[in-house]
Amino acid sequence: MHGRPRKASKPEEEAASAAKAVKLRSLQSQFMTYHHDKIYTKEAIELSTKLLEINPEAYTAWNYRKLAVEDSLSRIGPDPSLVKPILDEELRVVENALKQNFKSYGAWHHRKWVLSKGHSSTGNELKLLDKFQKLDSRNFHAWNYRRFVVELTNRSEQDELQYTDDMINNNFSNYSAWHNRSVLLSSLLANRADGFVPEKKIPDEYEIVHQAIFTDPDDQSGWFYHLWLLDQTVNVESPLLTSSWPSHGSSVILSGAGCFNGSPSNFTTFCSETGSFPLILYFDQAVGGVSSLTVTLDSELKGNENLVWEPISNKSSQVSCVWVARLNFSSQPCGSKDYKVKVRLGNSPGIVSSRGFNFSAPYEFVFTAHVHDPAKDSQERIVSWTDGFELWDAQSKDLNSLVTLGQLNAGIDLKWRQAAIDSEIECFRLLADSKIGKLTLARLLMASEAMMSDAAVKGVHYEEILQLYNDLMALDSSHHHYYKDEHSVAFLHKVTSSSESLSRYLFRYRDMNNLVCLRLNKLSLSRIASVNKLLFVQMLDLSHNELHSTEGLEAMQLLSCLNLSHNRIRSFSALDSLRHVKQLKVLDVSHNHIGKHSVDTTRYLCSSPLSNSDLSQDDVRRQNPGLVTKYWDAYFVLRDLNLKQLDIAGNEIAGDEFNSFVLQVVPKLVWLNGQKPGN
Amino acid sequence: MIDLPPYPPLDPSNYYLIVVGTGVSESVSAAAASSSGSSVLHLDPNPFYGSHFASLSLPDLTSFLHSNSVSPHPPPPSSPPILPSNSHELISVDLVHRSLYSSVEISSFDSEILEEHSRRFNVDLCGPRVVFCADESINLMLKSGANNYVEFKSIDASFVGDSSGELRNVPDSRAAIFKSKSLTLLEKNLLMKFFKLVQSQLAESDDTTTTTVKISEEDMESPFVDFLAKMRLPPNIKSIILYAIAMLDYDQDNMETCRHLLKTKEGIDRLALYIKSMGRFSNALGALIYPIYGQGELPQAFCRRAAVKGCIYVLRMPITALLLDKETGDYKGVRLASGQEIFSQKLILDPCINVGLESLSSLTDQQNETLRVLVPKAMINKEKIARGICVIRGSVKSDISNALIVYPPKSLFPEQLTAIRVLQLGSGVAVCPADMHVLYFSILCENDDQGIKALLSAMSNLIRLPVPESDSSVENDTCEAKPLLLWRALYVQELVKGEFGGTISSMPSADGSLNYKETVESAVKVSKAI
Repeated sequence: MHGRPRKASKPEEEAASAAKAVKLRSLQSQFMTYHHDKIYTKEAIELSTKLLEINPEAYTAWNYRKLAVEDSLSRIGPDPSLVKPILDEELRVVENALKQNFKSYGAWHHRKWVLSKGHSSTGNELKLLDKFQKLDSRNFHAWNYRRFVVELTNRSEQDELQYTDDMINNNFSNYSAWHNRSVLLSSLLANRADGFVPEKKIPDEYEIVHQAIFTDPDDQSGWFYHLWLLDQTVNVESPLLTSSWPSHGSSVILSGAGCFNGSPSNFTTFCSETGSFPLILYFDQAVGGVSSLTVTLDSELKGNENLVWEPISNKSSQVSCVWVARLNFSSQPCGSKDYKVKVRLGNSPGIVSSRGFNFSAPYEFVFTAHVHDPAKDSQERIVSWTDGFELWDAQSKDLNSLVTLGQLNAGIDLKWRQAAIDSEIECFRLLADSKIGKLTLARLLMASEAMMSDAAVKGVHYEEILQLYNDLMALDSSHHHYYKDEHSVAFLHKVTSSSESLSRYLFRYRDMNNLVCLRLNKLSLSRIASVNKLLFVQMLDLSHNELHSTEGLEAMQLLSCLNLSHNRIRSFSALDSLRHVKQLKVLDVSHNHIGKHSVDTTRYLCSSPLSNSDLSQDDVRRQNPGLVTKYWDAYFVLRDLNLKQLDIAGNEIAGDEFNSFVLQVVPKLVWLNGQKPGN
Repeated sequence: MIDLPPYPPLDPSNYYLIVVGTGVSESVSAAAASSSGSSVLHLDPNPFYGSHFASLSLPDLTSFLHSNSVSPHPPPPSSPPILPSNSHELISVDLVHRSLYSSVEISSFDSEILEEHSRRFNVDLCGPRVVFCADESINLMLKSGANNYVEFKSIDASFVGDSSGELRNVPDSRAAIFKSKSLTLLEKNLLMKFFKLVQSQLAESDDTTTTTVKISEEDMESPFVDFLAKMRLPPNIKSIILYAIAMLDYDQDNMETCRHLLKTKEGIDRLALYIKSMGRFSNALGALIYPIYGQGELPQAFCRRAAVKGCIYVLRMPITALLLDKETGDYKGVRLASGQEIFSQKLILDPCINVGLESLSSLTDQQNETLRVLVPKAMINKEKIARGICVIRGSVKSDISNALIVYPPKSLFPEQLTAIRVLQLGSGVAVCPADMHVLYFSILCENDDQGIKALLSAMSNLIRLPVPESDSSVENDTCEAKPLLLWRALYVQELVKGEFGGTISSMPSADGSLNYKETVESAVKVSKAI
């Protein structure tokens, strides 16, 4: 059935198909007339039968038949002996249509429709399926329908699991069979059917899929199943809080506009013009339902009784990994008093993951806030990324107390998971001469790192992981970008794995009161990761990398200076996530590829954003509709930012016209491309 | 033969080709010659088709083996071997019958049951023998139309055995490797990789545009066993490939006893046959198939084909003498047992038909030259094949009826020099009653004792001998699972090579291989020459 080359049709075949088309066309037009006039006579129905037996893809004809069946059922009443022949006729037509094309969506759907009427015997359905699955064991329509029939007949899931066993033994190159297996197992494990406990069953399944992967490492059907198993091993159903800012036990120094001088540590200092600071919750999976009801706050900072929690997500959905609330501190008197804030989650239900699992383990964390007087505003000075940096004092203990580097909720049954991953690692080391072996090993080692709680051995695998991805990039150039991304992710995990490794990339920026700057420049990063451990960062240098997008940075709600120069950003849409970073003042996107590619494919994803009614008409759009249309992606990003300094030079898009447009959109801009506008 | 009913004289008495014996090679030749329009007379001294490739009932098989086995002293010919023919220009040279079988020993352990079913057996003389789906013999059948007369069934599984009595599946396909419980993950990986290499090697020869990995010329010329070692295949897998897939006989690791060290090139060819066989017919489970009603069906199918094309068949008709031209010594015809003289241009003979040594001395050089291929030669290569047939109750492997089992060299006992092959067949292929199986054993050997000893060792590995009642309780535990022996035949067969001699050709005996590759090749060669 598979892997057969298509043959060019011969002239006589073409002639035959042309003749068939003529016949079909006349049938079709006759049929459409009947359909239009709602004629459900015997010969009208027979005509549709004829049409469908030639062309099972005629959706309209299937729908017509449904109407015709409904019509005749309404006339004969509920007598089963009269209903059954009508439905049996439908089943017969479907079967004939499937003989013509067993991958016809319309036909399979029609059969489901007939069966769900509940008058037909289901006994023959599995026999029919066996026939179709013999023809093509991977036919996913048949598998799909099989699941439907199984549910209808209450056939046991164990029997079905045995059936997938047989199919896989017959030919393990069968995605559909493996997929069905994962569906069945998910259900059996969820219901805790006899003997179906993950710590027993998952290792057994690994054993089965090994046979496939080792026998033929090039066959992809086993890979997907292994990936699914790995997912089952690593992921815990209920969502967990992985980090927060401020973190547990930390104390933050808050000040109004400008910067406070002489703080002992600049990690903890946060300046805000608005007199509020973000409280960030970072979950391991997207959750919804974070609100003042589900997250309770015992705060000595007054005026924060009804906090508004906002999901930080590029999609305007109500689920996200990152949730932010803004705490007001402007009403507090400055001075030496420490304000204690206690945050509690999970005491009342409501935080639910997108897969429907509850945040169940209650968790609380406490931090203290210190409010200071605002210092003299010094924001007029230009931020330079070339000098003014001093090495971070590696001995500083601040990092340990401030950055949440470990997993917050360790209360899950890690033991069998770790054991499973360890034995997988051992196993795939044997296959390390193949691409899939290397890739799987790298994934397993990453999973192992993610589960490791012992600080002494944490991080031991990263060198090996990075080497594996380097090898893969060299071996398999067609998937270079994917490996590159994974390499970046692993690299960033390594950087954030311990305070020692992280401190190597930390600097103090003299000109801004020794603000801490994380410099991850010149590392050929193509993707951003581990952001949950970098929530404290206010100044970030990502220059001279290979980034295509800022996705992930939206969680860094404290970020005020960002250097993205010399990357591979192709459009302002790629900076979309920065719209959520309200603190951002300084942005350098010079020397990227913005405007280089005239066709920005992301434009196709947005349905004409300018016609969107909820966007209020502002001055810029009224005055300059032409430029807004031309630079709409820049307009949408820049409009929402409060930038003081922007560098855009070295991009295709840069030029006088664009500069003047930028100044219209961001009138408060102090520095554009290193110069004061208007000078 | 004494009760032979008198035959009416044959008419016509002149043919292009006379073939004597209805073995596979003879039948293929007869079919080939008649399809190309030649007039052919096909004779067989036996009352059945197939000669040494026949499938017979147990009593027929017993009497055939006995009558064709070496008798201590053949009675001296009563009449002088060379006589003038009826026609004065010709002389006749008497033929002698050569016995192919020795050490024939047939024992029945449950004669009652066997007698009851005796006619329901179709037991092969040339077993164990199967057909590869991609065999040349299958191609030939399809080409000639002989396939219309035979139906095949799959051999369900093949196994490798050892002295422990355990039978392990031969991982010969992707699915079999996947399912195998006896291979480690790494072994599975290496084995599949090796199969893929072979496959890409095969694809290469079909399509030169692809640039897949290729086995180097140097490797192709090196011993196959060295190449397997180079591919990092562990010994157990090496032995599976060599003896259970490439179907080799001689111990490739023992240079002293190995009479045929296989080159990689030949090894790849053998694997290619196996691999191509695997997927050839969608209704065949594996690489091997077996004709329903026994191997005897194959020669018969070719004979039927030949008959359709005009070949004339006479069974129960031995020939007694050859007719040569007195002057030139050229072959002219044969004398039948009925006394009639039949003439032809060419003659193909069964390997059992020879010229007596004593007659040669009185012939002219030209006459000797004509009869060259019929002179019994001292066996240079003293190779024989020991065969065994067992009828058992039950099966050697539960749930499996038709199976091939291979014992690689040294796997049963240290002195085992060559591989032993065992083929179990059941009622599914109509060779025995429903609750029984027929087992065929074979091994190449240098002498009868060596061969028989090896066969008995393999038999005791698989089968339980009937023991007197008093002892049965003692051995009950260990032997319970093994099937019970009902009937057994042991015999050693000589391996006679075929020879093509212009006008007279002598066909080979059934060979030691599992399939008909060489048998059919020699027939094709002879047919082409004729």
